[in-house]
Amino acid sequence: MATIKFTLNGKPQTVDVNPQMPLLWVLRDTLGMTGTKFGCGMALCGACTVHIEGIAMRACAMQASGVAGKHVTTIEGLSGDGSHPVQKAWVELDVPQCGYCQSGQIMGVAAMLAKNPKPSDADIDEVMRFHICRCGTYQDIRAAIHRAVEIQGNGGRA
Amino acid sequence: MSTAFAPSRRGFLKTVGAGLVIGFCLPDRKLDAQSAGGSPAKVNTWIRIGADDSITLEIHKSEMGQGTVTSLSQLLAEELECDWKKIRTDFPGVDPAFGLQGVFGSQSIRSGWTPLRTAGAQAREMLAQAAAQRWNIDRSQCRVSDGVITNTATNAKLSFGQVAEAASKITPPTGIKLKTPDQFRFIGKPMKRLDTPDKVTGRAKYGIDARVPGMVYAAIARSPVFGGKVVSFDATKAKAIPGVKDAVKISNGVAVIADNTWTAFAGAKALEIKWDEGPNAAFSTSSTSKMFAEQTLQPGASARHEGDGAAALTRASKKVEAVYEAPFLAHAPMEPLNCVAHVQPNRCEVWASTQLQTGIAGVAGQITGLQPNQIEVHTLYMGGGFGRRAGTDFAAEAIEVAKAIGVPVKVTWSRENDIQNGNYRPASVTRFAAGLDAEGWPAVLTANIACPPMGGGGTFGGGRGGRGGGVDSTSVEGIADLHYAIPHMQVDYHSVTGGVPTTYWRAVGYTQNTFFAESFLDEVAAAGGKDAVELRRRFLTNTPRLVGVLNLAAEKAGWGKALPAGHFHGIAVVNNVGSFTAQVAEVSVNQGKVKVHKVVCATDCGQTVNPAIIQQQIRSAIIFGLSAALKGEITIDKGRIQQSNFNTYDVVRMDEAPVVDVHIVPSTEAPGGMGEAGVPCIAPAVCNAIFRATGKRIRRLPIANQLA
Repeated sequence: MATIKFTLNGKPQTVDVNPQMPLLWVLRDTLGMTGTKFGCGMALCGACTVHIEGIAMRACAMQASGVAGKHVTTIEGLSGDGSHPVQKAWVELDVPQCGYCQSGQIMGVAAMLAKNPKPSDADIDEVMRFHICRCGTYQDIRAAIHRAVEIQGNGGRA
Repeated sequence: MSTAFAPSRRGFLKTVGAGLVIGFCLPDRKLDAQSAGGSPAKVNTWIRIGADDSITLEIHKSEMGQGTVTSLSQLLAEELECDWKKIRTDFPGVDPAFGLQGVFGSQSIRSGWTPLRTAGAQAREMLAQAAAQRWNIDRSQCRVSDGVITNTATNAKLSFGQVAEAASKITPPTGIKLKTPDQFRFIGKPMKRLDTPDKVTGRAKYGIDARVPGMVYAAIARSPVFGGKVVSFDATKAKAIPGVKDAVKISNGVAVIADNTWTAFAGAKALEIKWDEGPNAAFSTSSTSKMFAEQTLQPGASARHEGDGAAALTRASKKVEAVYEAPFLAHAPMEPLNCVAHVQPNRCEVWASTQLQTGIAGVAGQITGLQPNQIEVHTLYMGGGFGRRAGTDFAAEAIEVAKAIGVPVKVTWSRENDIQNGNYRPASVTRFAAGLDAEGWPAVLTANIACPPMGGGGTFGGGRGGRGGGVDSTSVEGIADLHYAIPHMQVDYHSVTGGVPTTYWRAVGYTQNTFFAESFLDEVAAAGGKDAVELRRRFLTNTPRLVGVLNLAAEKAGWGKALPAGHFHGIAVVNNVGSFTAQVAEVSVNQGKVKVHKVVCATDCGQTVNPAIIQQQIRSAIIFGLSAALKGEITIDKGRIQQSNFNTYDVVRMDEAPVVDVHIVPSTEAPGGMGEAGVPCIAPAVCNAIFRATGKRIRRLPIANQLA
């Protein structure tokens, strides 16, 4: 066991866990923050995507010790109230079906847009092909990414 | 599972049809949160109204992405005349008043169509009656709109919340005339999904998110071979892992109890178990493929026999023959299977993302010996189901573990458990022969099917249509029910065993049989020098709704017109789950790699309830079917599944997803099903396009590297 301190959704957080335990299970089981989802455990599906220092990372493949001193953002902290342009676009286009992968999809898209505010379809494919959706919402996700770009361009107004 | 909860799928539907009683004022066993306006009045089984005018609709069919929360609310709200913005929804516990609580067979809209609108209408009439009594006037002098009852004489108003308590005591009226389609306000409209806001913020709670005070975590080591039993186990190494609390033997393996999921997974891996692997240890899919094909050379149980059957083949001018094959498939929903259970001496609670609440309540009773009123099943959102969650095995395990340890426990399956310890879409082989007449049109079609019966894993215990005459109807659907008016048709079936537990997989028998039949029909058209659309049109004249979607898809796709260089069209049609669907796939093949650029889908599903959700379901079904067509395959060697996670059981990704263009035929026919309607056509449409692109006929799925 080790005491690990990091910043979670803007607030200081201390956990006392096995330092090898993946961040995913620290979030879900230790802290009860279940918005970040378990899908594969091997960084293959993207369902557990969070931001670490603003970069999209797979929480299932990130040991707890690796986030010591870092800023971690989860879906619960992306905006707090669903007002992030990506969340607004997702609501406007009713993207989710079962919705289970969508926390990870949204976090992946938000990190991509922070770096590349106007991605081409090829840019989108390059990032988003690592996010699996078994409901097959890909066409809706692509449309919503373009819509999020517009919303972001309007200063966050839909 | 025992036979008590193993009715056929069609048996389930009968239960729904006959048992769906509009019960009123039944005691509400649910211990749910009360609204700000005090305890809401239960106006009827599906509808509760708070003094604050909040409307709580009970969604007795669970939500796995197919849109039930929204579309069933539309059915209730249409006649209730409530304010859409005031609607909240809730997943109720298991209650016979709802009929069977389960989602499978694309049934929710079809089974809810009349009862839910009727429930809405009865509640509206009770509310209006309560207002009329308050005003001491006749009901006919009240107008109901947007959750408000207006006295037409005085223009006085009462809100639903003001009369809900009184309304709940009124005897429900019968014989109410329901609205006609021209009067619909919500039905047929693309209402926004009610579940979206919670699904973009992480607030939506899935089964795997359930947390109960005092809960521990468990993972289960299951036999590496289907049907294997634990002989003995040594948990020394597992228990040496900090955080592992215990290891307990259950009927199908050993559960490791820990203080978090990750530690439970590690503990399950560290167990040393001696298995009696049983007869399936000798089973390999490489040998079943040959065995199934050999079976199809023999006459089987008759699934269809019209005209002279096979005898007519001898008179044909030209004969076409082919053998088609499909593999076992896993469901791989994004949310791995899981279940939380708490068993106490006089009470059992289960929290689950499930397609079959009624079944879970049943197995809970069998395992615990408790009575139905001592068992509570809490339904949470499902992160996909696709048929896998219509089983109760994952809940039964959790209940067993909970019974053994006495505290609440969450059992989580790893993705490897999900791929390797599942119930599967059966592998199958079909041998076709067709005879053409002198003009090149088909005069006779025979099909000889070898397919393990669905439900072989015990999920349902048999095909949804039963096994009359030795035929498992789910294994032959998609071939035995073809609508083509070919004079001589013969379909035979062999019930083969695959050594693998089988169950329903989104679109069931149509998933493989429509691929087989619509691909072979394309071969028949090519052999006779006929256009694939023209042949279908000519032989489907008795099924005008199928011709309608065929023509619409062909027109919208530009069938027969010029395509970009290297692009080719393929088409397929199907009538399943009460809907009629045609798809045209636009495909190119470069250096053996298949690219599906676009799919045009026309569907006639009768009266639409939510056309936006129908479009979503079609797009979803096409990606689901395309994953199987391009990549999906479960293989078994010496009883062991060789795939384990998304690296070896891959699915379609964003860069491979075609643009899907959906066209819905306007209709006022009774609604058809939708969740499974879009799956069957995609594989044959793509493979028929591949034939035009390359001259190679794909007769075995997945396509994988067959073109390399």
